[in-house]
Amino acid sequence: MPITLEKIPGQEERVILSMGPQHPSTHGVLRLVLELDGETVVRAMYDIGYLHTGFEKSFEDKTYSQDITLTDRMDYLNPLGNNLGFCLAVEKLLDIEIPARAQWIRVLLTELTRIQSHLVWLGTHAIDLGAMSVMLYCFRERETILHIFEMVSGQRMMTSYFRIGGLALEPPLGWLKLVEEFVKAFPARLEEYEGLLTKNPIWLKRTVGIGTLTADEATGWGLSGPSLRGSGVDYDIRKKEPYSSYEKFDFKVATRPEGDVYARYLVRLEEIRQSLRIVQQAMDGIPEGPIKANAPHIVLPDRESMKTSIEALIYHFKIVTEGFHPPVGEVYQAVESPRGELGFYMVSDGSPKPFRCHVRAPSFANLQALPKMIEGRLIADVVACIGSIDIILGEVDR
Amino acid sequence: MPSELESNLTLKKLREFAPQAVDEAREFRGEITIYIRPDMLIRACEFLRDEPDLSFRFLSDVTAVDLYPSEPRFEVVYHLLSLKNAKRLRLKVRTGGDNPGVDSLVPVYPCANAFEREVFDLFGIQFAGHPYLRRILMPEDWEGYPLRKDYPTEGYR
Repeated sequence: MPITLEKIPGQEERVILSMGPQHPSTHGVLRLVLELDGETVVRAMYDIGYLHTGFEKSFEDKTYSQDITLTDRMDYLNPLGNNLGFCLAVEKLLDIEIPARAQWIRVLLTELTRIQSHLVWLGTHAIDLGAMSVMLYCFRERETILHIFEMVSGQRMMTSYFRIGGLALEPPLGWLKLVEEFVKAFPARLEEYEGLLTKNPIWLKRTVGIGTLTADEATGWGLSGPSLRGSGVDYDIRKKEPYSSYEKFDFKVATRPEGDVYARYLVRLEEIRQSLRIVQQAMDGIPEGPIKANAPHIVLPDRESMKTSIEALIYHFKIVTEGFHPPVGEVYQAVESPRGELGFYMVSDGSPKPFRCHVRAPSFANLQALPKMIEGRLIADVVACIGSIDIILGEVDR
Repeated sequence: MPSELESNLTLKKLREFAPQAVDEAREFRGEITIYIRPDMLIRACEFLRDEPDLSFRFLSDVTAVDLYPSEPRFEVVYHLLSLKNAKRLRLKVRTGGDNPGVDSLVPVYPCANAFEREVFDLFGIQFAGHPYLRRILMPEDWEGYPLRKDYPTEGYR
């Protein structure tokens, strides 16, 4: 039997509306069950699992290096961020050091990913609330970022570019020129979007004071990322528990005290600006040096050395056919994804495959606060609230 | 036992609060894992959440590990975060293979709701006191618990 809301005994019968799973404003295959009193939502509940493909089971069946390709497909708007979280978790398990150049490029690409993810969010959020043109602009900008990804990794979305111990390969010549052009052109474009929305009376009517969550509620419901910071909680993993040398970059954490849809909108816009600053700093200061850690039993040797050195050939053979053996233990690595705290909990039993790999998906946790936001409000506000927590159903269901 | 573990403030406070609650403590790569006795879980979490010096007010994750075929078979894993101190803590509760179950943390952390449903769905671990313990990712009529180690990756055919 599908999930539904049971009638409360002694209460008059109300209309139950099933919204989704195929609905343009649920950002994927999310089904909501709404109990309505006229136009007002009295009770709400969500039904998920339509995209469940058992990633966590598949992780256990592949070697650590093979698992990277799975991480792209969970949060498909944040492929490089997922790669980063997974690689950092395995690197923590292995206790290896990543060269500065690789860390810098990782930060640069992850922040570009954040910008393009926020752009998709902005476009779809705006179109949900009736602002059609914003989406077209956002996707235009996103295209330039995806072009950079394609140049670097050969793929627009399923990049799998970060590897355990560093990067897959040295980025091609001239890629920084594309990044530079983007960084130069983008601030003006961002102004344009802001001009369309931030002071737009219709936008304000649809977002201000809607879906309000206090700081305590947001913490209690496990919200993280921009949704938590929109409720006035100043917690950004990049700042508080820096990873991949984020501590060397100068950026501000955006927070707003109001806790409504509009506050979350402002926080994300500010995050785009801060990410742009990080990209600029990373671009200016990429150090020279290797892009892979000095750990021959973990990192694949480069082509050239395999042709001349027997050790490199043996290592290559061992890594590809068998994998590497991390020590027995368990780690939890959290990174700041565009949606919030993305955590990888990895348990190793010493074999080349993870014994258990659990993903703490920020969308999965953020979705829990949705009924709380929409109960007692109009149906029209439901889409505004869904958009404001920026869920990706691929990650919710994993 | 390493000295870093002994000097850990959380562990010290928790031991002061309820010496019988802590079964065991481990440290790996700078991360602290505390094994809690099942009947003390809720009280320990309330203490960790409300003690001003610790204030682990954010439950970031609940999951489980299947240690099949050894017994006790399951470990339920909780990741707590203190937003104030930017510190993380891992709690574990052991539960046996027949009728696995632990107390639900929903009264302490509302967000445990969906996390525990996921663990129930994929591991078949019961959470006593959970308000709505139903499958969340798998279809309602699914047989078996996919993340258990004795469940084949391709599924039953």
